[in-house]
Amino acid sequence: MGGTRLHPDTCHSETSLRLDQSPPKSGEQGLDSSIARRLIVIQTYNTTILQEGNRIVASTATGPATGLLTRHWPQHPVIGRYALLSPALLLMLAGLLMPVLLLVGQSFVVESPEGWHAGLANYAAVLEGPQYQRVLARSIAVAALVATLTVLLAYPAAYFIAFEVSGNKMTWLILITLPFWTSYLLRVFAWKLILGFNGVINSALVYMGLIDAPLEFLLHNTFAVIVTLAHAWAAFAILPIFVSLQKIDRSLLEAAQDLGEGPAMTFLRVTLPLSMPGVISAFLLVFIPTVGDYVTPKLVGGPNGIMIGSLIQFSFGQLENWPLGSAIAVLAMLVVTALVCLFLWTASRARRLVA
Amino acid sequence: MTRHGNRGLRLYTTLYLAFLYLPVLLLPIFSFNDSIYVALPIKGLTLQWWSEMAAQTGMHTALANSLVVAVPVAFASTSLGLVAVLALFGRERLPGAPLVTGLFTLPLVVPYIILGIALLILFNRSGIGLSLFSVGFGHTLICTPFALFVLMSRFEGLDPSLAEAALDLGETPWMAFWRVTFPIVLPGVMASLLLTFTISFDEFLLAFFLTGNDSTLPLYIFSQLRFPAKLPAVLALGSAILLATFAIVIVAERLRRRGLGSTGNTD
Repeated sequence: MGGTRLHPDTCHSETSLRLDQSPPKSGEQGLDSSIARRLIVIQTYNTTILQEGNRIVASTATGPATGLLTRHWPQHPVIGRYALLSPALLLMLAGLLMPVLLLVGQSFVVESPEGWHAGLANYAAVLEGPQYQRVLARSIAVAALVATLTVLLAYPAAYFIAFEVSGNKMTWLILITLPFWTSYLLRVFAWKLILGFNGVINSALVYMGLIDAPLEFLLHNTFAVIVTLAHAWAAFAILPIFVSLQKIDRSLLEAAQDLGEGPAMTFLRVTLPLSMPGVISAFLLVFIPTVGDYVTPKLVGGPNGIMIGSLIQFSFGQLENWPLGSAIAVLAMLVVTALVCLFLWTASRARRLVA
Repeated sequence: MTRHGNRGLRLYTTLYLAFLYLPVLLLPIFSFNDSIYVALPIKGLTLQWWSEMAAQTGMHTALANSLVVAVPVAFASTSLGLVAVLALFGRERLPGAPLVTGLFTLPLVVPYIILGIALLILFNRSGIGLSLFSVGFGHTLICTPFALFVLMSRFEGLDPSLAEAALDLGETPWMAFWRVTFPIVLPGVMASLLLTFTISFDEFLLAFFLTGNDSTLPLYIFSQLRFPAKLPAVLALGSAILLATFAIVIVAERLRRRGLGSTGNTD
């Protein structure tokens, strides 16, 4: 919006002047020249608004600037705004923090024929049972693989939309995120149909005469789990990467080119480091929910594909041992939180070393 | 980038789109296939599975249950999100705003299985018990952050001076909201209603843990997956749900971006 000017005469002598200098939003490039501007000036006794269509391009204001609805609580604007926030905050406290505390409490419940008491027996059972550690380690390995694969697959697509598409970025973004809104259960189910023993891939290969008998390694294993999850979480990876690429100041890239860097080195030394925040949040957004996934291992994982979510569900379901299931869940949460912190710490150290 | 790299990236992104869409599109394709097996080649076209699906009474009950949950969830989470955005949005930063936003982001990053069992313990130990209400409560919890973020993107295009101007001209805060702010953010509110409806309507795992004896549509589909003979009817049902979801989300995305400048060149 480089052409925006607010005429000095419209400014009050003691006003604070706000000019909209935000970088152009996606898809806006070239809009200014193509659409004739309709500027409207709204003036009240202490506010001047310069409006273009229904977008504010500049405004001046005097007097106390406060929240939107809370000007009539001048003494306690903050309290007024927190009063507005309270219903949603209450839901988060009652629906998130309290249940998680109850879950932690439940994990210390030791049931016996005489009743129950608090103890560490559930944690001891989990820590002593090698099968729990094996499944947790495998869940973490699978989730890390899925997150890496998803980020690697998503990065070039995000790069393409951010740098190579000029007019209709939104159309591309909506196209890419649309499947993400469809039922997760149905998407996983679709992969079961594709990879199955008599599924789409096998029947097609047999029909074309490329194989004699259906391939058994497609379904009911870790491979199937990884492919399915990399598909299911694609949108979670592509959006943060796209946002971080979109934020990159294009003049930095020009500067690198002007200083003699080739396209490959410009990417490695400018674009990639600047997009790392997006890559890191994409990795975590895929990694964290994947560790606890239940549907995918259940439908396409087979007996050897079970993950920690399957064990938690089993403890709460068939086993009816809620305290044990809670202990597994709490330990899994602790391990994942520790890993995420370690990952973020390593990432920030690496960035400081590079810079 | 050279012309060459440009074309390579375009091809890659197109293939990536195919990878995202093909599995989903298989469901409608095979729902018309005249065979009980999901296998190539296509044997012939039939509407048998769709009529079989439409006749299942269990499906009707599950559909009604899903609507009973998803419609109130959409209104509840959008209202909660709207009120929260009004509080967060203003010329001055709200002290503690990052902490509040962080709290609202939590339901998005906590694995649903943890949320599911934690809420299961809450509803069980508090004596409220499991029903469609507990499902709706869980869904409101995960939908409110979505509503908040959808509405936030709408509010970012809005200047607080507009409502302030109304206040200065003598409107009460309540009327300034209804006559100035609300009409501007209305497309965002509609988008939020549609998207939260979709999330609740399609959600499986929380419903799996939090329902009593009632099935929602995803739970019904999950229960049908055990019976190979019912597979084609499940395909038809899944296709119908996919179609509805696609339609709702496309409308919502258009609403969300209307008038924000981003779609200015397509309208």
